[in-house]
Amino acid sequence: MDEKIIKIENSFSQNFSVGWFLAWRDIKHANKWTTSLIVFVMTLTFLNLIVVSGILIGLIQGSEDAAKRYAIGDVVISPFLNRSAIEQTPRVEEIIKTISGYEKHTVRYSGSATVSSNYRETIKPGDKPDNIGAILMGIDPAQEEEFSGISKFVVRGQYLQNTDQDSVLIGKNLLYEFTPIEAPGFQTLKNVTIGQRVEITVGGYAKEYFIKGIIMSKVDDFDTSIVALASEVRKLTGRTDLNAGTIAIKLMPEADPILARDFLLKSGVGAYARVQTAEEAFPKFLKDIKATFGILGTAISSIGLVVASITIFIVIFVNAITSRRYIGILKGIGINQKAILYSYMYQACIYASFGIIFGMILIFFFIKPYFYAHPINFPFSDGILVATMPSSLLRAGVLLITTIIAGYIPARIVIKQNTLSAILGR
Amino acid sequence: MLEIKNLTKIFKSGDEKIIAVNNLSFFVPAGQFLTVTGRSGSGKSTLLYQLGLLDMPTSGQVLIDGIDLVAIPEKERTTIRLNDLGYIFQDYAILPSLSALENTMLPLLMQGYDFEKAKLKAQKAISKVGLSDRENNLPSQLSGGQQQRVSIARAIAHNPKIIFADEPTANLDSETSEQVMRVFLELNREGQTIIMVTHEEGYAHLSHRTITMVDGSITSDILNKKNIT
Repeated sequence: MDEKIIKIENSFSQNFSVGWFLAWRDIKHANKWTTSLIVFVMTLTFLNLIVVSGILIGLIQGSEDAAKRYAIGDVVISPFLNRSAIEQTPRVEEIIKTISGYEKHTVRYSGSATVSSNYRETIKPGDKPDNIGAILMGIDPAQEEEFSGISKFVVRGQYLQNTDQDSVLIGKNLLYEFTPIEAPGFQTLKNVTIGQRVEITVGGYAKEYFIKGIIMSKVDDFDTSIVALASEVRKLTGRTDLNAGTIAIKLMPEADPILARDFLLKSGVGAYARVQTAEEAFPKFLKDIKATFGILGTAISSIGLVVASITIFIVIFVNAITSRRYIGILKGIGINQKAILYSYMYQACIYASFGIIFGMILIFFFIKPYFYAHPINFPFSDGILVATMPSSLLRAGVLLITTIIAGYIPARIVIKQNTLSAILGR
Repeated sequence: MLEIKNLTKIFKSGDEKIIAVNNLSFFVPAGQFLTVTGRSGSGKSTLLYQLGLLDMPTSGQVLIDGIDLVAIPEKERTTIRLNDLGYIFQDYAILPSLSALENTMLPLLMQGYDFEKAKLKAQKAISKVGLSDRENNLPSQLSGGQQQRVSIARAIAHNPKIIFADEPTANLDSETSEQVMRVFLELNREGQTIIMVTHEEGYAHLSHRTITMVDGSITSDILNKKNIT
């Protein structure tokens, strides 16, 4: 006898390799258009899995990214909840500059003010004056420009100079022209244009300012504020010290914000103010919305997943049914049922894998860069596509497992049929 | 080698019972070329399916080398079909997505041969049936006779104890049928046990022994002495 291998039972690896042998040749000789169509459906399903939730999360992520880039930086220092300012601000600034990976920072002064536009007109009894409550933000124009590049958000008029003691910038959310909302709890200023004077009152102290520019940034900190020189805000708020409302810090790209925060706390800044990373400083509702959008996106995507499963189920079922006789022959000549089963699972796996590969290429080389270059213009943010490699791989895994199961079930149904009946086509 | 004892196969169709194989017993020694003939519906193919472990008899025993294979689980029957038996079907039954060589390699790969060894053995079998120049062709690129020879190559590649052939020449013209029969006779001369179902008496006379069936029973069991060396 030749070097015949007598085995009572076929090993797992034999079943796997014969399954692969059959699957690959089946796909190789299958109709090219049918295969392309299946792979196309798989690609669309994978895109659906990534893009729907990615865009929904991207709405919030875009807003968070903008807030981080322009307003709060990587680490932000703000007053304790029962205080109005960061104590020992000059000393804190000195410590900030010693952070490992420090890049730049900006100091902002703040206060609450009332802004009135028609304060010079005689208002009839019973008429409501055109005034609103707003947040005052006092900045050093050069420092703020270096930090956030705020001047690019001045859509009308001009950015502040160090000598603009009598001028302010006004956020678009405070103007009816840009935010045409009239609700009892939300007022905006009407008929306010560049060069017009407004009266800003803090406590009992009031002063006239020219509107030098209008800010439109999709960053709430700017869009809902009156931006003036730091010295003016300190004057209006009656502050005689240099204690600021916020210090935003940017780090070098490779620096870790958590380490920077911990360094500040260890250096004693925690005694003067709250120190938070950007992630910690984002309002909880933003995190909640992000999580909700993620769930919503996953729910919508799962419909696509079901469609893909059904597609694969039908494809494999039709394939197995039309190959029923050949399955019978395979069983007849002694090919293990598991090997036949694996061949169909491999086929499902190959379809899904190609779909995933094409989907990955489309997402990471075309769609994601496109959305970064051309964000979706939402009123409150520039929407991007959030697609990270780990989350994409997770979804790829889910799609792969789903399609393998969808391939397994119909193949098993057909394979379990009687061998001789299958061979004879009964 | 192969022995059957009181083998019976009954098909049920509603209340009706059809006795396809009726209490048959015989012994096939190693190296014998046995043909089973009979008219259509005589039960010869049904008998072959029971002998080849493709179907379960209603009662009786099928013994190979003294081991009853009726009682064993399907998983083990599959392994025996793979290792010890070879099949040739009337309509060739080769897989359309595999080339002649790949079709022949398949049982060898399942047996655990690595790809290269399986390829060598398959090439040897293909050469035996005279198809070396067509080994990379798909079945759709082969004639009926060539496809049947691929089927024979697949059946013999793993050196089975017994080859079962179910009307292997039924779909072939006379010239191609003779080519196929020559392959069978050559294999048998090398010691291969063959059990072939055929309705063509001319081919039956080429074998060592001819069993004739009518209505599931054996009506004659003749040794063709002139073919026995």
